[in-house]
Amino acid sequence: MTSASAQPPPAQGQEKATQLLQTGTKAPDFSLHVTPDQCLSLSDLTGKPVVLAFYPADWSPVCGDQMSLYNEALPEFEKYGAQVLGISVDGVWCHDAFAKHNHIHFPLLADFEPKGAVARQYGAYREGDGFCERALFVIDRKGVISWSYLSPVAVNPGADGILHALEQLPN
Amino acid sequence: MSVLQIPVTAADHIQGDPHAHVTLVEYGDYECPACGPAYPIVKAVQKHFGKRLRFVFRNFPLTQIHPQAESAAETAEFAGAHERFWEMHDGLYENQGTLGLPLYLSLAEALHLPEKALSEALEKHTFKPRVRSDFMGGLKSGVNGTPTFFINGRRHDAAYDFDDLVAAIDAELAQAETPD
Repeated sequence: MTSASAQPPPAQGQEKATQLLQTGTKAPDFSLHVTPDQCLSLSDLTGKPVVLAFYPADWSPVCGDQMSLYNEALPEFEKYGAQVLGISVDGVWCHDAFAKHNHIHFPLLADFEPKGAVARQYGAYREGDGFCERALFVIDRKGVISWSYLSPVAVNPGADGILHALEQLPN
Repeated sequence: MSVLQIPVTAADHIQGDPHAHVTLVEYGDYECPACGPAYPIVKAVQKHFGKRLRFVFRNFPLTQIHPQAESAAETAEFAGAHERFWEMHDGLYENQGTLGLPLYLSLAEALHLPEKALSEALEKHTFKPRVRSDFMGGLKSGVNGTPTFFINGRRHDAAYDFDDLVAAIDAELAQAETPD
């Protein structure tokens, strides 16, 4: 992830000033482009758990980057009926190329205009850097945040926390 | 810190002394361009520590970005079922640029493994459940890319060149070998 690797990685993501929306908070609704001519709203997904994964940028050079990992893990997320959404400040065409190149089978949302507006609402925007944190949210069937996690921006947080949070959701 | 959720058991592919003080577990993908260079590093680390280190390899193929990763993993598992896992594992990494059925068959032939049975196993995905089970265990343990290493059950988040791995394993050995 070129843009973030130029930044000094924080020692501990949880100690940074960014305050993620916490467990028990109603997840703010949003509507963002998922393709050049289609938008997706969080409220469209009411009734199913949502994994919302903010990430700094498409085109990470890391082998098995975060979105590719979630792509491989989709069958496991689907066991919980969960919908995974990736979200970054990249534009729709960038997402489109990235998704095609890596065969990504879940929506990548463009928090592009106004830039980072949704990330800011979730406390997942890096002011100054101009891109999203590496922040995870699991949102329950009623649209309430049941788990959130802020990873150091240079560290792919993996899927273990998400799977654990999905396991804990009431059916 | 992420912790290995699936304990090492006899069902694993293990090299080294079962009583070694340190166990290095790698979650790897045969087609991953970062795992290729890690392969000789792990070999050198094993040589460096000898009997003091046990090494375990588990599958973590990223099949959407590496189209040959799954078939390579299944080929290694096929060889494992014939007690030739490590020879196939090494052969696959040493020929990472030419992964595919012709290579698998030629490695099988060199190892005196039944080539027809290998083709059938790949067609029927006989070893897919084993590969998927490794992958799932990795996901639950916080594997976040390949290769991911665990040293005595804790994810090694630092770099994995020779010096870094040796330093991390040395630290574990110092702890394990210090009398109470």
